[in-house]
Amino acid sequence: MIEFLQYHLPVLLIVIPMIAAPLAVLIGNRRVVQLLSLAVCWTTFGLALWMVAIVNSSGPVSYELGGWAPPYGIEYRVDQLNSFIIMFVSGLGAIVLTYSPHSLNAEIPQSQHYLFYPMYLLCMTGLMGICVTGDLFNVFVFLEISSLSTYALISLGKTRRAPLAAFQYLIMGTIGATFLLIGIGLLYQLTGTLNMADIALQLENQRQINDGQWTGSRTLLVAFAFLTVGLCIKMAVFPLHTWLPNSYAYAPSVVTAFVAATATKVSVYAFIRVVFGIFTPRFAFELLPLDTALWSFSLIGIFMASIAAIFQQDVKRRLAYSSIAQVGYMLLGISMANIDGLSAGIVHMFNHALIKGGLFMVVGCFVLRLGSVHLDDWKGAGRTMPWTSLAWVLGGLGLIGVPVTCGFISKWLLLTAALDNDLYPVAILMLISSLLAVIYVWQVVEVLYFAQPSEKAKKATEAPLLMLVTTYVVVGANIVFGVWTTYSAGLAAKAAKALLEGGSL
Amino acid sequence: MNIFSPEAMIQLSLALPALAILLVLLTGRFPNVREACTLVVATILFLINCDLASYVFAGERPSWNLGQMMMPGFDIAFTVEPLGMLFALVASGLWVLTTVYAIGYMRGHHEKNQTRFFACFAAAIFAAMAAAFSANLFTLFVMYEVMTISTYPLVTHHGDEKAKRGGRVYLGILLSTSVAFFMFAIAWTWKISATLTFRQGGILSEAFSNGEVSELQLAILLGLFAFGIGKAALMPFHRWLPAAMVAPTPVSALLHAVAVVKVGVFSLLKVAIYIFGLDLINDTGAGEWLCYVAAATILLASLVAMTKDNLKARLAYSTISQLAYITLGAAIATPESALGGGMHIAMHAVGKITLFFCAGAIYVGAHKTDISQMKGLGRAMPFTFAAFLIAAISIIGLPPGGGSWSKWLLALGAAETGQTFLIATLMISSLLNIAYLIPIPIRAFMVPDGEEPQSFNEGPKMCVVPLCITAVGSVALFFYANSIYDCLLPIVQ
Repeated sequence: MIEFLQYHLPVLLIVIPMIAAPLAVLIGNRRVVQLLSLAVCWTTFGLALWMVAIVNSSGPVSYELGGWAPPYGIEYRVDQLNSFIIMFVSGLGAIVLTYSPHSLNAEIPQSQHYLFYPMYLLCMTGLMGICVTGDLFNVFVFLEISSLSTYALISLGKTRRAPLAAFQYLIMGTIGATFLLIGIGLLYQLTGTLNMADIALQLENQRQINDGQWTGSRTLLVAFAFLTVGLCIKMAVFPLHTWLPNSYAYAPSVVTAFVAATATKVSVYAFIRVVFGIFTPRFAFELLPLDTALWSFSLIGIFMASIAAIFQQDVKRRLAYSSIAQVGYMLLGISMANIDGLSAGIVHMFNHALIKGGLFMVVGCFVLRLGSVHLDDWKGAGRTMPWTSLAWVLGGLGLIGVPVTCGFISKWLLLTAALDNDLYPVAILMLISSLLAVIYVWQVVEVLYFAQPSEKAKKATEAPLLMLVTTYVVVGANIVFGVWTTYSAGLAAKAAKALLEGGSL
Repeated sequence: MNIFSPEAMIQLSLALPALAILLVLLTGRFPNVREACTLVVATILFLINCDLASYVFAGERPSWNLGQMMMPGFDIAFTVEPLGMLFALVASGLWVLTTVYAIGYMRGHHEKNQTRFFACFAAAIFAAMAAAFSANLFTLFVMYEVMTISTYPLVTHHGDEKAKRGGRVYLGILLSTSVAFFMFAIAWTWKISATLTFRQGGILSEAFSNGEVSELQLAILLGLFAFGIGKAALMPFHRWLPAAMVAPTPVSALLHAVAVVKVGVFSLLKVAIYIFGLDLINDTGAGEWLCYVAAATILLASLVAMTKDNLKARLAYSTISQLAYITLGAAIATPESALGGGMHIAMHAVGKITLFFCAGAIYVGAHKTDISQMKGLGRAMPFTFAAFLIAAISIIGLPPGGGSWSKWLLALGAAETGQTFLIATLMISSLLNIAYLIPIPIRAFMVPDGEEPQSFNEGPKMCVVPLCITAVGSVALFFYANSIYDCLLPIVQ
């Protein structure tokens, strides 16, 4: 039995939540569905942990779907990089769901709960699928699964702006997905295969035959352009970020916490896979100026989004802009295309998932008790909700990147990587931009602790224990992974090394 | 008394303040137990530091490596050398006295949130200990930042609009300088020399002789350190220190006269001695411009201090000026000047904490904050003002105050490099110090015309006793300066 499970582990990660989703709709009972979803999420997390252990002990795992050997069949391939990502994505998914009941009761009509859970599970399925699969078309399919369910989740928001925000995201997201599909089509035309490792191999072979020239290079260039731009939309890279602030701001708090912690990171993962696994850094960074493009857009994005965040009175929107800026840091690291930079990018995916997940959970607590995301209503809440406010401070310190929080690790790795590449202006600009985070985090801290309490804050009580505990688990992980970095930073470095040396892992 | 190995004593020195945080939080409901815990832990910490000092000053360099953080080369590691030992001794010793004082002050003043206060205080001491013992720049930086964050709740303790504004300046300047300059300088040092470990003679000299860094780059790097270590309060990044005076007086006393600011200048000295190496600074002239900046800070801050009527504000600017002395010691970079800077850490700490204690005692006892209101108050508070006078003498650098020796060494160092204008600066500054410090106790002992002398009305005993002890201490340091000099001597050899 154990062996059977272990053998099918990669596909179980996807199949379990996928089957549970329609089941949940069929059951329809709110309580049962809730328990079922919780069980599924925690099981998935457990399986992901198991997966990590297997990959760590015996190297990458390849799984042939339906017994069809790649490149004809679909291959699921789990290595250090994606096992790391499925681990934290499923972990955050499980913990956010555990955190959710009180918040859901307050923000989503109970009659719609049985719809929330299937969507959540489907979104999880999609995210896990993108990570696990080794097939490029599969990436598209799972991206659509996760995106469509995210649109639905966002539209569950309380205000009437939520469906509008979801629609905005739908349009942008569909354009992105279409671009991705076009890119995949062109690659298929060039190579006749959809398996990512095989595409890379075929491209390399064609190049060898052609004396080192890239064959069909115009098709290849167009495919590359469609793929990168398509993924940039999903990652919310400036200037393709416009869908993100509204979606995060109007979605239910639980949804925002889940999506902000996971969705963009998985897109960044797909981007890394496409750029490093299929096209190779030589093509992207030496032949094409993707590095310059990335770091210039990242830096502009970091500054624009951080400055925009400072002026947001809606805390969710403030954090949403911060997310856009933080994606910039990840891409900054990736654009350096050396081990330090790439591992900084990868480790920041993890760290930022913890930081932003934790902070949005804090926001959820405040929304539950204060019924508002507006800073005016948060005034003085530090007195009536001390623990929630402290969690904001701790998470915020992580976002700023103060030592002993995980944000510092990312920032430090990024800094040393930039200096190693002699990118002094980038290093200086990056450091200055991180000071903007101090402003947008601390404005909220000052509102919480120093302002005269608002009417709502006076009446507020501390958030429910369950929400507090789960929030503190995530916020605490911020600090744990800021001190004990052997696992996160060490693993990121290994993954980065493999990506740079071997193309595909 | 050798119960523990030196390594265990390093661990204990770090664990005890951490334990104090925990104990304070757990016993918060019982103020007496809570304060007793802090006091006991602080005393044990001081005793252990004394014991550790006997090893370190005898030439041992105990070390403890906690482990690697991130990549190889970025370890959290501790090695005790004389300069750090002296700083740790000063900080832990004064922590005991400040705790006694704080009990008197906070209760006498009915402050709120005392548990948070004592917990954050212990956290700041933890950071000070760890920074003092740090074996590399990375550890130092981490602890430097921990200290910034843990003292923020102390600065903004009153939680009002004024505290918010003060806290904003405090955090804004300290965080931005450290992130924009200090962190950048460390990463740059790492790039140049591929190590961050403090080493006798510096780690940059090799790269310089190989031609990997130019003189100009070294000067820029030193500048990044000097301004990046914002806690050294070098102008123009000094505004945070006066802003921090919104804090309760015990905080101003221990943190903004001893722990926080001294971590700044201590880091700077350590960078000058163990990262650059005094010879390198001298040979390349990298520190020359820093001499001018430090000299300017000394004079300007003294001049500003004269204009301040609020006692704590005047003391704050006096601190800025005195910190620049230590920076000057690093910038002149001769053995004498560096030793003078190192000794001034201790001398100024004991003197300035006395002055702040006095300011707090006057506030609690007589509810006065402005110097102009203190005429004739000396009759009511003779001990407080006598202590003030003694400490002021030490700060000015007159015998029999301990400060006279450190200033003497600094002047010697300046003379050695032939920079006569620096000697002039030191002399003028001492005159300015007299002008803004001495009139305070003198006027206090004079009774204004037509008024009855005030009756005896000292502050709480818990406040007065510590300040008398530190006042005596600043005189005692005058006589024991020689042994401090001997203890510190190895750092420049």
